Amino acid sequence: MRLDYPTNVKIIRVPCTGKVDLLHLLHAFEKGADGVYVVGCMEGECHYNGGNFRAKKRVAQAAAILDAVGVGGERVRMYNLSSSEGPKFAAYAKEMTDHIRELGPNPIKAKIKNQQAA
Amino acid sequence: MTSPKTPSKLEKILAAGHLAVTSECGPPRGSDIAEVEKKANLIKDHVDAINVTDNQTSVTRLCSLAACIKIKQMGLEPVLQMVTRDRNRIALQSDILGAAAFDICTMLCLSGDHQSFGDCATGQNVYDLDSMQLIQTVRHMRDEGKFLGGADIHRPPQMFVGAAANPFADPYEIRVPRLAKKIAAGAEFIQTQCIYNIDKFEDWIRMARERGLTEKVYILAGVTPLKSAGMAKYMKNRVPGMDVPDEVVQRMADTPKEKQAEEGIKICIETIQRLKEVPGVAGFHIMAIEWEEMVPRIVEESGLYPRPAVD
Amino acid sequence: MIVAKQKPFEEIVDMVKDADKLLIVGCNECVTVCEAGGKKEVGILASALRMYFANQGREVQIDERTLERQCDHEYLEEIRDIADTYDAILSLACGVGVQFMAEKYHSQFVYPGVNTCFLGATEERGVWTERCQACGSCILAVTGGICPVSRCAKRILNGPCGGSTKGKCEINKEVDCAWQLIVDRLKALDRFSDYEKITPLKDWSTDRAGGPRKVVREDVKL
Repeated sequence: MRLDYPTNVKIIRVPCTGKVDLLHLLHAFEKGADGVYVVGCMEGECHYNGGNFRAKKRVAQAAAILDAVGVGGERVRMYNLSSSEGPKFAAYAKEMTDHIRELGPNPIKAKIKNQQAA
Repeated sequence: MTSPKTPSKLEKILAAGHLAVTSECGPPRGSDIAEVEKKANLIKDHVDAINVTDNQTSVTRLCSLAACIKIKQMGLEPVLQMVTRDRNRIALQSDILGAAAFDICTMLCLSGDHQSFGDCATGQNVYDLDSMQLIQTVRHMRDEGKFLGGADIHRPPQMFVGAAANPFADPYEIRVPRLAKKIAAGAEFIQTQCIYNIDKFEDWIRMARERGLTEKVYILAGVTPLKSAGMAKYMKNRVPGMDVPDEVVQRMADTPKEKQAEEGIKICIETIQRLKEVPGVAGFHIMAIEWEEMVPRIVEESGLYPRPAVD
Repeated sequence: MIVAKQKPFEEIVDMVKDADKLLIVGCNECVTVCEAGGKKEVGILASALRMYFANQGREVQIDERTLERQCDHEYLEEIRDIADTYDAILSLACGVGVQFMAEKYHSQFVYPGVNTCFLGATEERGVWTERCQACGSCILAVTGGICPVSRCAKRILNGPCGGSTKGKCEINKEVDCAWQLIVDRLKALDRFSDYEKITPLKDWSTDRAGGPRKVVREDVKL
């Protein structure tokens, strides 16, 4: 389909969103990611029954922690689509990118850089 | 039954075969003992004894013992209610002796509502003993003349020992066995939960009769006049262990608001009149919650007045 | 097992805020099973604290370690060489582990990262309920295997109280009435007649009432 989506999105493939651990999400932010979104299958259509529901819960847990530490829970999101929905994938990538651009950079990124420089 | 074992006026009335009448008085949330006096004076000629509640619904109030002493000093007969929620076995025994020192000789042993209902929900509860074990303790102190620790009591308490029974609480199949258990522990009189479901109460007391329990204990049927349809609904839905049948709620709701209080009194009197005829009912415990002034009328119109005199 | 629950993040931050070098120590036993203080929770909390301090502009070194147990000398010894190099230790073990650690590393600040709740079981993933209060003198034999000390809000030994309604406790409709459960089970065991046996006054001296408790087994001592 040769669809365009924002180049700043770094894709990490996993066999199922159920594989995405809370720690993976947190470590991404700790290392400076501005936003993380998990793209899973449609709810009720997981090949492993409930992998995407697990991911959904972990995204919620990550959001709560990010709020508590001051990074902001709105930087993490979950999207659902079917494997055939390429245009939707591109649309979500754009939507997330716009959303994060609006929020600005991860507040700890600059501070980590300063610390490393010092 | 048997001749009285204690100087308790309530025991004497019951032993003489009269239908006894008791009522209750909740102590004030303050230290003005005149409030106790006022409530007691409202009902003194119409009841044989006055229960004094012990921090009911776990709301902190003037202590039951002090209020009982006041009532005793007025020449009336107090029933000291004592819950095991707030005192360990040292304090329980000590308070029993304190009551006995003022010749208070009727007691009601209770476990008490959980503290989460009251004004100190973050407090501890004690429950060193339960109500059953408190009954045993008082009987031990009276009959053996000894403390739980084994030492002799100089001038043991002469307590006529009562317990509560809820004929309506769950599980229903243990309601009569539980009564039997309280009697085995040493309860000599029972004051029941408020009765609105008369059929269920009659079923309960029939089963108690069949086991011979009504020969062993005096059962005072509890009644509470309903003030309004709202109160009926609240009692039905919100008060744990309370059984208010739909017909009663409906009857109150069908009555115009300004006449609901009157209807509540009527229901109460009808209940007493019906239960007077039930074998095994030895008297009535009228709990007119913050409505003590209605007790005389209920007693009179139920045909329970004048109260008998005992020496 | 001992069931614990992680303390609120703000409370943890408040305890460790002055440390520049912090060690978070998990425990592989009970708190791992109840997902309050195992390796996983250590990782999550460490990550959260790193982000928090970074956001505050603070450079705090936060290291992670999880021991097999924190209630045994031998496992606590594993951090002997490094313990003193930290400004504070945050233990995610139960209250036993926190104290044993504090006793062992006498001059080190050891903070509790969890609230130790009760002795309980995993009813289902994410749901733990109390089963025992360690009263030191078990009466389960006469109560049909259901403990009124831990499961009745009034720990009544001759229940139920008048507040039992439709099998639930007066304090909360979500809580089972222990005495309803006991009665049901005695019936199932065909031992309903046992209900009428009065349980005598309990000797609470083996409970916390008797002061700090100790079990000594001369036969197994080394």
